[in-house]
Amino acid sequence: MLCFLTSYLFPAFGSAFAGDGGPAWRVVADVGGWFGGSATHSALRPAGVQAARIHDLWQLTLWICMAVFALILAALVMAVVRASRRPTQAAAPPVASAPQADAERRTRCWVAAATVASAALLAVLLGADMLTDRALSRLPVADTVRIDVTAQQWWWEARYTDGDGQPAFAVSSELRVPVGKPVVVSLKSADVIHTFWVPSLHGKKDMLPGRSTQLVLQADQAGTYRGECAEFCGLQHALMAFSVTAQPPEAYAQWRAAQSAPATAPSGADAVRGQQIFMASNCAQCHTVRGTAAAGSLGPDLTHVGSRALLAAGTVPNEPATLAAWIVDPQSLKAGSTMPSSRLEPDDVRALVAYLGGLQ
Amino acid sequence: MTSEATPLRDGPAASAHVLQALADTWRDPRGWRGMLAAIDHKTIARRFIVATFVFFFLGGLLALLMRLQLARPQLHIVSPEFYNQLFTMHGTTMMFLFAVPVMQAVALYLVPLMIGARSIAFPRMVAFSYWVFVMGGAFLYAGFALGSGPNTGWFSYVPLASSDYAPGKGVDIWAQMITFTELSALLVAIVLITTIFKMRAPGMTLARMPLFVWATLVTQFMVLFAMPSVMLGSTALILDRLVGTHFYNPVRGGDVLLWQHLFWFFGHPEVYLIFIPPLGFISSILSTFARRPVFGYRAMVLALVATAFLAFGLWVHHMFATNLPEVGKAFFTAASLLIAVPSALQIFCWIATLWKGRLVFVTPLYFVLAFFVILVAGGMTGLMLASVSLDLQVHDTYFVVAHLHYVLMGGAVFPLFGAVYYWFPKFTGRMLGERLGMWHFWLFFIGFNVAFFPMHLLGLHGMPRRIWTYSEGLGWASMNSLASIGSLVIAAGIAVFVVNVALSLWRGATAPADPWGAGTLEWSVPSPPPPHNFDSIPVVHSADPLWADPGGAEPGQLSHVAGLAADAREVLVTAALDARPQSRPLFPQPTVWPFVSAVATTVLFIGSVYTPWAVVWAAFPVSVAVIGWFWPDRAETARALALERRP
Repeated sequence: MLCFLTSYLFPAFGSAFAGDGGPAWRVVADVGGWFGGSATHSALRPAGVQAARIHDLWQLTLWICMAVFALILAALVMAVVRASRRPTQAAAPPVASAPQADAERRTRCWVAAATVASAALLAVLLGADMLTDRALSRLPVADTVRIDVTAQQWWWEARYTDGDGQPAFAVSSELRVPVGKPVVVSLKSADVIHTFWVPSLHGKKDMLPGRSTQLVLQADQAGTYRGECAEFCGLQHALMAFSVTAQPPEAYAQWRAAQSAPATAPSGADAVRGQQIFMASNCAQCHTVRGTAAAGSLGPDLTHVGSRALLAAGTVPNEPATLAAWIVDPQSLKAGSTMPSSRLEPDDVRALVAYLGGLQ
Repeated sequence: MTSEATPLRDGPAASAHVLQALADTWRDPRGWRGMLAAIDHKTIARRFIVATFVFFFLGGLLALLMRLQLARPQLHIVSPEFYNQLFTMHGTTMMFLFAVPVMQAVALYLVPLMIGARSIAFPRMVAFSYWVFVMGGAFLYAGFALGSGPNTGWFSYVPLASSDYAPGKGVDIWAQMITFTELSALLVAIVLITTIFKMRAPGMTLARMPLFVWATLVTQFMVLFAMPSVMLGSTALILDRLVGTHFYNPVRGGDVLLWQHLFWFFGHPEVYLIFIPPLGFISSILSTFARRPVFGYRAMVLALVATAFLAFGLWVHHMFATNLPEVGKAFFTAASLLIAVPSALQIFCWIATLWKGRLVFVTPLYFVLAFFVILVAGGMTGLMLASVSLDLQVHDTYFVVAHLHYVLMGGAVFPLFGAVYYWFPKFTGRMLGERLGMWHFWLFFIGFNVAFFPMHLLGLHGMPRRIWTYSEGLGWASMNSLASIGSLVIAAGIAVFVVNVALSLWRGATAPADPWGAGTLEWSVPSPPPPHNFDSIPVVHSADPLWADPGGAEPGQLSHVAGLAADAREVLVTAALDARPQSRPLFPQPTVWPFVSAVATTVLFIGSVYTPWAVVWAAFPVSVAVIGWFWPDRAETARALALERRP
């Protein structure tokens, strides 16, 4: 069994160490990144005030815990060294109760003191945690952006509302927020439990069917932060990523305006034909393209699908080739996806890709 | 058998003839009937331990497959569907089929020997529990092998585990497997509690019980309170799935969080069901190899009891990411932090024991010393998970995977291996090899840390749990490769262990009664013990009766009680608190009825997965088997009455 396993594993490592362009030291160089983490997807690299507060608590807790761990290990090592230096007479029968009551009493004091010190440190941790928890829930939410996110197997739909709270537009798996403004994210699930988590911005929150939850986050540095579903939600739990892009307010306003607009009309013969195919085949039954007759609600809103960076909840980049592959056979990219395979001619697929790619 | 006219009585001065009669009386029948009819606690416990270790190896193989799939980004060694089955089966196996039952199985072997009893209480019930357990585990693996493996995680959160999102039989099989194992665990708990309270040797007051017996007692009470919660939960789940009730269906007024509360009200105490018995192993092993009793006996006992109570007050820390009121969260944070105090106290007491001891370095002690390093690290990450705010970041990530393996492997598996090396001579009469033991230890210790330490960082860097693959460019690849290499080193360590056991059974050195110079009663009997355990029941005057007692007897000089029948399964029952002798009931004979009852019960449980009517129809064979089991035997009754009349 072991031989079978190693024969499987070593080709994999072979490619890791040499095959994909890097010598073995690349892995060693990678070690430097172990403690830093990715700038877009790490609880250790906070990019917003909420994540920063948790990170502060993390550092306090980490230092206290490491110090205690070191002390306990030191005590253990000293005890072991001391005890193994004593003459060992395994044959001699040990004594069942303490020979020297004085020494025993001193040890008792040490044990009691260590226990009391542990309890005191735990009280410090409890206090720090309660303060952090309070601060997290007291982020001022005056002038906020509101986003309703609904998770479903296995993608995210984010609905933005306009100033009056009326629904304005919907995007799929790629959220944008203005830098420095609190964002209230309402979380719902359409099927099973999912969890919304952008480690660089905040901790996670479950999305529970039959209940509504809320997360208040704020991005303080511009950038694109990666998120992923954190609660096991079925077959493709692994392929359920999303992103939150934080932009300066002006750029964010521009993006909102662009997203609120209906779809652009197709330009070019291919794209026009693609639109006809879209409307005539079963695409339009599940997808919405605002400004056209397509108003399906089972799949993501495609009004501005051309502007997206990734497809299928972060599974593949949004390029003509991958888009075509996704249309023809979604199951090969993401088995279990509710999107059915299509039986379109290659020409028709090309036209469809031209149309969808033009929906900027 | 000897006739009634010449009663055979045991006692310290009993003749070889009497000892032979004792052994014949208590021996299980031989041959095929003996396979099925055995009720000797040592036989059943040995089989139980072997069965749980088989499940441990199977669960480990599943883990190796997972590590293979995750060794590099975007591998396709297994399909997503199979991966989901792998981690479900791995978690289910390790929690339900290995960690909880193995602790009970070891206790079934050791407790009667440690407390000076000839048998476990209700020996037929123990046989029944064992058969039910094995059949439940086999049922789960049969489903898995036939393509109906559960795929919703060992925690089976609804609605993912409801029939809408998990069609097929996988989750039904999983839920009924819970019923099997919980039934078994509850029965064993009753047996162990009764044994410990009523069958201790005269003089073994509660304050003289070995700490392992205390740990077992505390654990079994926890089983009694924790298991019903998950049985209720899984029964409601299977009712939702099979007969269309709506306990967990939010559309019809059910609640998905109800499942989580029921599951974790069991699930968190379960961690302590797994972790407390090893605390008893550690006390036994440390005390023997530090050549002195464990420091602070009373503090240790109180810490165990405190842990058991607190363990029921922190289940919500598995649910901090759901929507909970703030005050509630603070309460559960406080409780989760508080449980560190009794654990810390025990660790300080053990360090004090080492400090004041004279160490003998052998394999069991290495495993116990590794426990300190790994468990304390796991305890520290536990404090982080107890904090609501930190938990929001690390919950459901590889940080938790690292934490739980540090706690469960460090807290339970390392001491368990220590216990195996320590008590293997008693179980089999053979010593395990020291040299191979060292190889096993170092491979396991290094492999463990290489495999699981990087997972802390992976979790902080955003890697969620239960993902079958991950993309490149997230910075997770090299740490995952390292973890996979570590898992192979662990596997190598386990392989060395298997070889060591095989070699020892084949040609290992013969073990004397007390190879380690230990102080508790199990070491006063030959290795392996005779069917009746003790030639005569000892009288106990201290916590370590085999060690010198100031002002007491010479070391190894035990006093005994005499007069129990040697030609009948007569045992001594003593008072729960101070172990004064109370009565001499007659214990039952070996029989196949527990096995038959277990088969009938299995038919009922398995049938119920396919049709609710199975509960009705299979109730008939179950009734017949149980009636057969309890059918009174005139000769036995007459003999019991005769023994009762004649002191």
